[in-house]
Amino acid sequence: MADSISLSALTVGASAVVKSYPIKGTAFIRLREMGLLPGTRIILMRSAPMGDPLEIKVRGYNLTLRKAEADHISVEPIEDK
Amino acid sequence: MSLPAHVKTANRKPVYAFVGNPNCGKSTLFNALTGLKQKVGNYPGVTVERKIGTAYSQHGQPMTVIDLPGAYSLAARSPDEAVTRDVLLGRRTDTEMPDRIVCIVDGSNLERNLYLVHQILDLGRPIILVVNMMDLATKAGLEIRVNQLEKQLGIPVIAAQAARGQGVIELKLAMSRQDLPLPRHRWDIPAEISSAVSEIQASLQNFDHKPPLIARAESLLLLTDQDPLRVSGSQPISPQTSKILQNWKTTWEKAGTDWAGTLVAARYDAIGKLTADSVHQVDTFVAQNTSDRIDAITTHGLWGWAVLGALMTALFLSIFTLAEYPMGLIEATVVTLSDAVKGAMPAGDLRDLITDGAIAGVGGVVIFLPQILILFFFIGLLESTGYMARAAFIMDRLMGKVGLNGKSFIPLLSSYACAIPGIMATRTIEDPKDRLVTILVAPFMSCSARLPVYLLMIAALVPNGEVPLLTKVGLMLLMYALGTFGAFGFAWLFKRTLLKGEPPLMIMELPPYRMPKIKDVTLHMIERAGLFLKRAGTIILAISIVLWALTAFPKAREEATAAEQIAQSYAGQAGKLIEPVIKPLGFNWEIGIGLISSFAAREVFVSSMSVVFNVEEDEEDTTPLREALQNSRWPDGRPLFTPLVCLTLMIFYVFAMQCISTVAIVKRETNSWKWPLFQIGYQTGFAWLLCLAVFQIGSALGY
Repeated sequence: MADSISLSALTVGASAVVKSYPIKGTAFIRLREMGLLPGTRIILMRSAPMGDPLEIKVRGYNLTLRKAEADHISVEPIEDK
Repeated sequence: MSLPAHVKTANRKPVYAFVGNPNCGKSTLFNALTGLKQKVGNYPGVTVERKIGTAYSQHGQPMTVIDLPGAYSLAARSPDEAVTRDVLLGRRTDTEMPDRIVCIVDGSNLERNLYLVHQILDLGRPIILVVNMMDLATKAGLEIRVNQLEKQLGIPVIAAQAARGQGVIELKLAMSRQDLPLPRHRWDIPAEISSAVSEIQASLQNFDHKPPLIARAESLLLLTDQDPLRVSGSQPISPQTSKILQNWKTTWEKAGTDWAGTLVAARYDAIGKLTADSVHQVDTFVAQNTSDRIDAITTHGLWGWAVLGALMTALFLSIFTLAEYPMGLIEATVVTLSDAVKGAMPAGDLRDLITDGAIAGVGGVVIFLPQILILFFFIGLLESTGYMARAAFIMDRLMGKVGLNGKSFIPLLSSYACAIPGIMATRTIEDPKDRLVTILVAPFMSCSARLPVYLLMIAALVPNGEVPLLTKVGLMLLMYALGTFGAFGFAWLFKRTLLKGEPPLMIMELPPYRMPKIKDVTLHMIERAGLFLKRAGTIILAISIVLWALTAFPKAREEATAAEQIAQSYAGQAGKLIEPVIKPLGFNWEIGIGLISSFAAREVFVSSMSVVFNVEEDEEDTTPLREALQNSRWPDGRPLFTPLVCLTLMIFYVFAMQCISTVAIVKRETNSWKWPLFQIGYQTGFAWLLCLAVFQIGSALGY
């Protein structure tokens, strides 16, 4: 198992499992409601042409979030086979 | 558990609410069921679209259907979601609480869509679940066992493909049932928060007089609603309840309990159990679907810009070319109509009121309708295909620099053609403050009504009117750039001062690309245009008549020319009255008349200048007008329209708020006179200051 890194440090195309992120704040509550929970598997799809925001695939759909939020989300990369 | 008494009454027209996430196909289903029998308006006090239609049961009984705004959660983050929540909880006094609820979910994205459904199941009302987009679910490798879902939830579950009309009849049959069952689904409220939930529930029952199940649902909701977004028209909770809630939050905060997260996780656990039995997943992670492959191009670092640029160029080309023909038709119709009235009525004030006041005034605004329609259609197309979200994704970084988010991009861009559709398109911006800032700065974008003014002023720059092409293009670009910088500058300023808020979020779904439903897009376009005409129409008519009266009264002597008449009219007097204010900008009272008449629409400046300087108006050839402008003098013999004055006047038109249709639409979209009046004040004030600086510095430098 790899160490936890922040979501914004993940390489494009890599899969990861969400470990934890802050419990307070509008953005983080909404991210949970959108299905991004500790234990959820995600793929970092791409970043926008200017580097921000990021696009992830979570529970089969595509979601965008800014790096400002992604910085606080710690994930554990899944090694590709 | 007992149903509210009225639900059982067979004679009463049942009220259904359609609820679902954005992009779940809810509106398509609503349109299919109600046809054109819809009433579109606003919820009183908020600018959230209210759609109510009538559908007929299999026995021909009418049923009221409310199409609630798309929502991801009942813990509202936008006015749209707040309205959905409040209607479902019976918090709104203006909309009756629906008896029955139809939840629509996107089958290809079941888990997240079921989150909202899970919150609604708590309400204990009769529910029908429609699993839409079954074809996409199959494509995504999902096998959804509808029967299994039905068994677990205890409510009718219908598989549908609304875009192809599949499932509509089944839904209608289910909606016709008298004995619609209540959901059977039970889930455990996490232990950490269960005593809080019971306490808040009890308080809601006792002090807020809510029925038990609604009270339970609402108490759960209050826990995830950290900063409960209130919109006007919704009833606040009692002080007793909010005190209990506050006490619990303080306790949890001290203990470090993640109450909201626990609740969300518990719901997703429950959803996981539901889908474990009813959804067979061939593969959870289809890494690249068709949409992702399209996105690889449309959001690419290089091609993404190319696609965006090409689409926007196509938009503006179509506005300026396609709109030309209908605009000519409208113009001809206005002339014919006006001539017919002139022929049928004896000369006099009443006739002039109708022709020069009402017909000319309304015609001057209606002429922009083709452009507005094309814009609405194009915006609708971008929305229904899913590209709108991509444009926001690409532009977010840039918009973020001034504190907005990517969703402000399309509204602002549309405003280069006309601010009205731009301002109406701001409804996709969830954050109320971001939306307001976007509305406030949108009129800085140089719209097409300013073009005739710019062109006239550029032509008046040099004596023979033959301005070098490079100068012409350069000046035009300068005007567009000034407006754009003005808009971004003020957006930046407002986000830091007046409308300071949390940094905007960019938590946005990129929905799968879809073929646009031309019928839905067209319907939407007609609705929007109708709203514009209905709401702005009366104000435009009133102002047109007032402006006409200002130029027509008091009457000059019989043989006075039009120029003499306008000079001594109220408008002329007003022009002279404001002359001291505009003189430091290099404008005289004659230009003042033009500025005042521009309130009808900016391009009216050209025709009022023709009247003021007594030139026969000619659409095709502005040479006589240009010469008249160049020959005009101050009383002391100095030329009036020096190149510096022309430039200053153009700058004034970039920044000043002069368009009454925009004022009317801002009033409608912000629900008060406060913001449009503020807009008139700050825009025109800034225009004045900037023009003062330009003219005075220019004069000092000897231009």
